[in-house]
Amino acid sequence: MDRPRAVDGRAPDVFDPAGGHVPMRMYPETEEVDFAIVGTGAGGGTLAARLSELGFSVVAFDAGPYFRPLEDFASDETEQNKLYWLDHRVCDGENPIKMGGNNSGKAVGGSTVHFAMVSLRFRPEWFRSRSALGYGVDWPIDWRDMWRYYAQAERAIGVSGPVTYPWGPHRPRYPYRAHEMNSAAKLLARGCEALGYRWTETPLATVSAPRGKSPPCVYRGFCRFGCSTNAKQSALIVWIPRALKAGAEIRDLAMVGRIETDAAGRATGVHYHRSGTWRFQRARNVVVAGYAVETPRLLLNSANARFPDGLANSSGLVGRNLMTQSNQAAWGRMDDEVRWYKGPPSLAITEHWNYEDRGKDFHGGYCWMAQGPLPIEWVSVQTGARGLWGERLRREMMDYNHQIGVKMVGEMLPDEANRVTLADEVDQYGLRVARITYRWGDNDKRLIQHALRQMMMSLEAIGATNRFVQEDDTNHLAGTARMGFDRDSSVVNADCRSWDIPNLWVCDGSVFPTVGGVNPALTIQTIAMRTADRIKTLAQRGEL
Amino acid sequence: MVREGRHSATDEDRFPGYDVANKRDTLSWDAVTRTAINRRLAVPHEPRFLAPPQWRTLDALCRRILPQPADRPPIPLAALLDATLCAGGTQGFRVHPLPHDPDAWKHGLDALDAEAREQFGAAFCELAEDTQDSLLVQAQNGKLHNPAWDPMTAQLFFEKRILVDIPAMYYSHPTAWNEIGFGGPASPRGYVRMELNRRDPWEAVERKPGHEAEARLQNRHVG
Ligand SMILES: Cc1cc2nc3c(=O)[nH]c(=O)nc-3n(C[C@H](O)[C@H](O)[C@H](O)COP(=O)(O)OP(=O)(O)OC[C@H]3O[C@@H](n4cnc5c(N)ncnc54)[C@H](O)[C@@H]3O)c2cc1C
Ligand code: SF4
Repeated sequence: MDRPRAVDGRAPDVFDPAGGHVPMRMYPETEEVDFAIVGTGAGGGTLAARLSELGFSVVAFDAGPYFRPLEDFASDETEQNKLYWLDHRVCDGENPIKMGGNNSGKAVGGSTVHFAMVSLRFRPEWFRSRSALGYGVDWPIDWRDMWRYYAQAERAIGVSGPVTYPWGPHRPRYPYRAHEMNSAAKLLARGCEALGYRWTETPLATVSAPRGKSPPCVYRGFCRFGCSTNAKQSALIVWIPRALKAGAEIRDLAMVGRIETDAAGRATGVHYHRSGTWRFQRARNVVVAGYAVETPRLLLNSANARFPDGLANSSGLVGRNLMTQSNQAAWGRMDDEVRWYKGPPSLAITEHWNYEDRGKDFHGGYCWMAQGPLPIEWVSVQTGARGLWGERLRREMMDYNHQIGVKMVGEMLPDEANRVTLADEVDQYGLRVARITYRWGDNDKRLIQHALRQMMMSLEAIGATNRFVQEDDTNHLAGTARMGFDRDSSVVNADCRSWDIPNLWVCDGSVFPTVGGVNPALTIQTIAMRTADRIKTLAQRGEL
Repeated sequence: MVREGRHSATDEDRFPGYDVANKRDTLSWDAVTRTAINRRLAVPHEPRFLAPPQWRTLDALCRRILPQPADRPPIPLAALLDATLCAGGTQGFRVHPLPHDPDAWKHGLDALDAEAREQFGAAFCELAEDTQDSLLVQAQNGKLHNPAWDPMTAQLFFEKRILVDIPAMYYSHPTAWNEIGFGGPASPRGYVRMELNRRDPWEAVERKPGHEAEARLQNRHVG
């Protein structure tokens, strides 16, 4: 896929198995559109849909291709590498982050095309973790506000989940019934019960009954490599079609390299590379939604004489406070045949240690979920965590159908030294690539050790043998353009609006001041929905 | 380090007669998947990215990282990796001070060979298997320091490239899926029976002691 598909007034029909199209409005580059949005994932895709539905003119750019899942997505781990951001990046620091397929997508729909669909709400106190729990930093958004938008987001993406959620304040029942739990999920439940912890079916953004043109999930288990049936409610099939219908234009294979600003210090549009040439789109507002590595990279790469340290960076915080989440796991073997490759990988969850603060020697929380790695991912655990190779490795792999495991998503604390900067090398567009520097803090390490002990206990309780821990894995990114209460300690305000450049916005995982102990995508979409409404309000007041 | 003596014969063929390719024309494989797997099976068995001496080193290395049984055609690991590197590499990011994957591989294979020549006076591919293994154990444990590795380290190359890329090639191949009883491609038909110890008729049957013939028979009907 090296040629753009969204051209000539039409875009790919994501529900068509044979090259079909849907109509798409197009905007001339000389027209100053209301919003140029960079990135079409959880943040950018949601915002593109909502802003165009609210009557704004929108052009959304994505560096990646525009897939039709039914015709383009193979049932194959290797082939589906085409979903990932594989452009060059440099990782260093004491605990270098694994990028590639582990961490970010490059496609219309962003990382939601290959995400595992886990759709969780933050614990309310995390929005005030500094004042309520004594660590991290408070968010400038009230949890009740978020709670309202969470419910809207869950309806918008048709989350399947339990009728009653065991933790936190009341939330409405999930719009779709929970999925059948596979054996890996049932074993998680058994382990939790043995420890006296509650568990539940994981709220997932894949439907358990037909929804529009989406069929119910067929439990094929390749979710992290793209859903070839469209059961998964990714931004590609939920938000992007809504955006098109409301008059947005999507430009695929369009890499934004620089945001232009004028003498007054306002953004005027974006320079982007498409079909072999650099082009320029004028815009009244620019939104950056490229995820927590590419967003700061673009802001830094857009430095000019007026903003020599990069855009929106008077606080010096662009690229700082990068947070990933601890994603360690405990694994073991059952005599039973588990066959964990069937079904979405994480059909059951316990958030016990997100809501229980007693007995912790660390700040923050974590959950753990059932797992179902496919063979290549599984062998990377065997080599990465245990250093196996040779005949021993091949033999261990033969136990694949008996394997069981649980994996955490844990909170890591913000640290200014963890950051995205620009490396000296350049990518295929001639743009300086991101350098990602990361080190786990002492609190992070204590949290991880606590979780590993707990997860191992849960496996022991169900009689799993050959248990081992995977100590080195992280996933999800956040924090590099944090929102906050004032211009000195944050990059954007609660509306995702830059303090420095009033018509520049950031709307993706980068704005999180803290990450909490749950997967981020629902919260990113929720913030985007809220931001769209706020922009409408500001526009009505003449404050855009 | 983690090798043991030869495996017992009983471990071979845990899923007798199971061939995931028998599902090729069923509802479990769609057109795009068939095309992708066909391309993989047709990978040219010759170096296009690596120089011939590097290819020989890689081939010998692959035989140690994932030794293959003699009674079936081997998965062409060196060919698969060479093709991947030819297409730009596997992961995009690099962990400092390793270079990006294609360069890291060229450099690492040269360094491994240099190490073999310095310690044993012969190319890596000419050494006895045990000698090759002992070099690899040293690499894994951070004991190799030939200047040929600079600016990367043997340990980092072993951990981030050798143990990541070669196994990824092996388990991308249908032969490996047969060996571990993986269901393989599953679209548009996914799965129905998700209970413990239940299998769909299109999944592999594991042989239980004394029931090999039964497993073989059932595996013939997988599809
Ligand atoms: C394997 C995996 C599984 C995951 N599972 C879950 C899960 O189960 N639940 C969950 O909540 N989260 C999950 N996540 C995380 C989740 O997918 C991300 O946190 C979320 O999608 C991030 O949203 P975003 O809008 O910030 O960025 P993305 O969704 O990544 O979108 C960013 C987009 O911007 C584009 N882009 C970037 N820079 C530019 C540029 N300069 N010009 C043009 N386009 C650009 C990219 O191509 C990309 O498409 C998972 C992630 C991975 C990798
Ligand atoms: S298991 Fe369900 S959500 Fe996952 S890829 Fe298959 S159909 Fe899609």
